[in-house]
Amino acid sequence: MYEFDWSSIPGALPFLWSGMMLTLKITVVAVSVGIIWGTLLALMRMSGIKPLSLFAASYVNLFRSIPLVLVLLWFFLLVPSLLSNFFNIPRSSDTRLVSAMVAFALFEAAFYAEIIRSGIRSIPKSQVAASLALGMTYAQAMRLVILPQAFRNMVPLLLTQGIILFQDTSLVYVSALADFFGTAYKVGDRDGRLVELLLFSGAVYFIICFSASLLVKHFQKKRVS
Amino acid sequence: MNYHWNWAIFLSDVPSGGETYFGWMMDGLEATVALSLSAWIMALVVGLLMGVLRTVPNRWLSGIAAIYVEVFRNVPLLVQLFIWYFVLPELLPLSIGNAYKALNPMLQQFMAAMICLALFTGARVCEQVRSGINSLPRGQKAAGLALGFTLPQTYRYVLLPMAIRIILPPLTSEFLNIFKNSAVASTIGLMELAAQSRQLSDYTAQTYESFIAVTLAYVMINAIVIILMHRIEARAHVPGAFGGEK
Repeated sequence: MYEFDWSSIPGALPFLWSGMMLTLKITVVAVSVGIIWGTLLALMRMSGIKPLSLFAASYVNLFRSIPLVLVLLWFFLLVPSLLSNFFNIPRSSDTRLVSAMVAFALFEAAFYAEIIRSGIRSIPKSQVAASLALGMTYAQAMRLVILPQAFRNMVPLLLTQGIILFQDTSLVYVSALADFFGTAYKVGDRDGRLVELLLFSGAVYFIICFSASLLVKHFQKKRVS
Repeated sequence: MNYHWNWAIFLSDVPSGGETYFGWMMDGLEATVALSLSAWIMALVVGLLMGVLRTVPNRWLSGIAAIYVEVFRNVPLLVQLFIWYFVLPELLPLSIGNAYKALNPMLQQFMAAMICLALFTGARVCEQVRSGINSLPRGQKAAGLALGFTLPQTYRYVLLPMAIRIILPPLTSEFLNIFKNSAVASTIGLMELAAQSRQLSDYTAQTYESFIAVTLAYVMINAIVIILMHRIEARAHVPGAFGGEK
């Protein structure tokens, strides 16, 4: 039978902690940029202006039909050359973190756009008509009347998507970035204790995501009652 | 940008000969499809079983199913895959573990990825099945039991046929997800489609062509699955049920 030896974990905790900080950093950037860009995409798609809605629809469908791993590989390839072309940043500099953040933000925006679109649809159309009748412009009606209500309805879904994103950030493994999982893997590989480190990282992810999903559920119940 | 496009690269032979780069891509496509389909079948079986257990009036059984779902939903897919691939063979009894490690590495990667995807997706299917069963009017189960059906019979003849039809659309998106998630298998070295994009660009130095071709292949898989599932939905439709035809 396999003999567990957890002794390499305590010494590695500082590394694992900084890895977790990187994971959270990517998650927070991707969630915030993703929601903003996703809202714009949803509005474009529902705007009734043909070129805009066509663009938003193809953007969302393209990103939803390719694997995240492939998107990450694309951006690790594209971002460095774009940066060097537009901002004169040398190709040799380490752009993996920026690439990862851009990739996650643009990828998640497609998913947020769909959530937000369904949120906007849940608000009766007559509210737009009422706002217009009150003399608001379409933009004002969206900003002041529709979106605030839509977002309130969507909070649980947006948070759940955030939890999924938090889990998905582990895929930056493909670029060897030292996020939480990448660090755990490296420490395990270094000490020949891969079994313990992988199980440990799984447990940490489970505890965080499970508690977060319980919070979301609690929050949802409170809102309904 | 002065990039030199060369789409003809796909028709030239690979260095080891006997195959073209296009052939490599097709090998990757084959691995992706084989992995996803086999995992999908397992996921349906596991998901259906666990989904039924979650709704059964027995605390222990529904508890087991609930734990299964929470564990597999709250650990990242990549971590699960690494646990199946690196950890499980170590924890198995020595003889089984060694027999596993003596297998062809391709087969080891394939098996680990298949089991991982199956159980990961199974947890999602389970939740769909549960919500499908719960969305049926309560009277249906009571009516089934009142007619003298046993509980398994009620599930088999009354609840599941309707519940499965209701959850076909969300199942479609899980089916699409399993193809996309199968790309994670590239991290343990399985040469499926996403891994081929890297190998192609390494060997040919035609990075953009390689990535574009692989991306298009995924888009194509998506389109085929959507068309297929629409057909199945139309066929399985019960006349007059839930709002009728669109």
